Amino acid sequence: MLKAENIKKRFGDLTVLDGFSHCFAEGSFTTVMGPSGCGKSTLLSVLMGLLIPDEGIVTRSSDKLSAVFQENRLCENLSVLSNLRLVQGRKKERSGLIPELEATGLYNCADKPVRELSGGMKRRTALLRALLADYDILFLDEPFKGLDTETKNNVMIYTREKTAGRTVILVTHDADEAAFFGGETIMLSPS
Amino acid sequence: MKKKIFTVCAIIFWLAVWQIAAMAVGKSLLLASPVEVVQRLMTLIPEETFLPSILFSLGRIMLGFALGTVTGILLAVLAGKFMVFEKLSAPLISAIKAVPVASFTILALIWISSSELSVLITFLITVPVVYSNVSEGIRSFDRKLTEMADIFRIPPVRRFVGIYLSQVMPYFRSAVKLSVGLCWKSGVAAEVIGTPRGSIGQMLYNSKVYLETADLFAWTLVIIVLSIITEKLVLLLIDIAAKRIEKL
Repeated sequence: MLKAENIKKRFGDLTVLDGFSHCFAEGSFTTVMGPSGCGKSTLLSVLMGLLIPDEGIVTRSSDKLSAVFQENRLCENLSVLSNLRLVQGRKKERSGLIPELEATGLYNCADKPVRELSGGMKRRTALLRALLADYDILFLDEPFKGLDTETKNNVMIYTREKTAGRTVILVTHDADEAAFFGGETIMLSPS
Repeated sequence: MKKKIFTVCAIIFWLAVWQIAAMAVGKSLLLASPVEVVQRLMTLIPEETFLPSILFSLGRIMLGFALGTVTGILLAVLAGKFMVFEKLSAPLISAIKAVPVASFTILALIWISSSELSVLITFLITVPVVYSNVSEGIRSFDRKLTEMADIFRIPPVRRFVGIYLSQVMPYFRSAVKLSVGLCWKSGVAAEVIGTPRGSIGQMLYNSKVYLETADLFAWTLVIIVLSIITEKLVLLLIDIAAKRIEKL
């Protein structure tokens, strides 16, 4: 369970979040939508504990979090596999990751350093890292941005399978993505 | 392949220029020809002083390099951790960078025996190069990766190797690549000034005293080859380590 109560966050004179409250139930899929600059990513950062709200309380039932951040936040000098292994509790053999790499179209570049990958491949690596991590709450900040339509569809299907029954909070601009994943949708508007 | 052919052709071209220039000068005392240098090298190699001289200088120069590398890394880590240390060490590092090797060498001769001179000089040459590069690597850390590591609860050892070390490695590699060549240049220069018995520097000094230009060129060739070999070996070790880190 994840509960946000009357969250307020300001950057200088700019109020980004003004009294946001919501209870994210365990095992629920919640999509947060809204126009650019309405505070979607700020909300995720507050919920993850990366930003301290000016007012309000965030209560999490678990600290086992996983995330796709707004930026990829990958180790550029490490291979795709190493980036995945970095977050896993135990060293996973390559063979155990083959289906996951194939599903996300990363199999052929698994041993390549991330710095040599395209933007879409990096995004998929960041997503796969988040999906394979040991977590109770998953935060996804526009995880499909920069992907072409076909890849995006495949990766969205894979993501839906992997996150079934898990607590997920997705931030997106895309109403189709929200419809695809179902669950609850929260519309944020600029404060 | 084409690139290699061009490189070989360029080397042959400059050797030919050297040979023609030596023939034009006509005095090996002023400019020994490449043929004379190779001939002299062939006679130097079997001499019983050849290998011990190489081992003498190689051991000391590499020891200074190794000590300098370790010290440079430690100082960079401390500077990255404590701003006071960074500010305090900045003028010292700048001073070490700016002081000529000859000044250090003459001063060092007062403190230590000439046989240990090249260790100290190569140490002093290596420290600022490694310090500067590794510091730059540390400064370039993406702090957002630390946040990522916090969110994913990455344990300390994996965090250090996978995130921090992997980011610093390219900077460290550049430092080492630069340092090895500088160590040979400065180490041998120090030996020429201090003339420790049985060193390459002493051999170079003798060639100057006895006006043996072919010897000077032959020993210079030996130094260049040693510099290239040691650089390749050290970089190979670093690349192996980097590959292991890359694969975690």
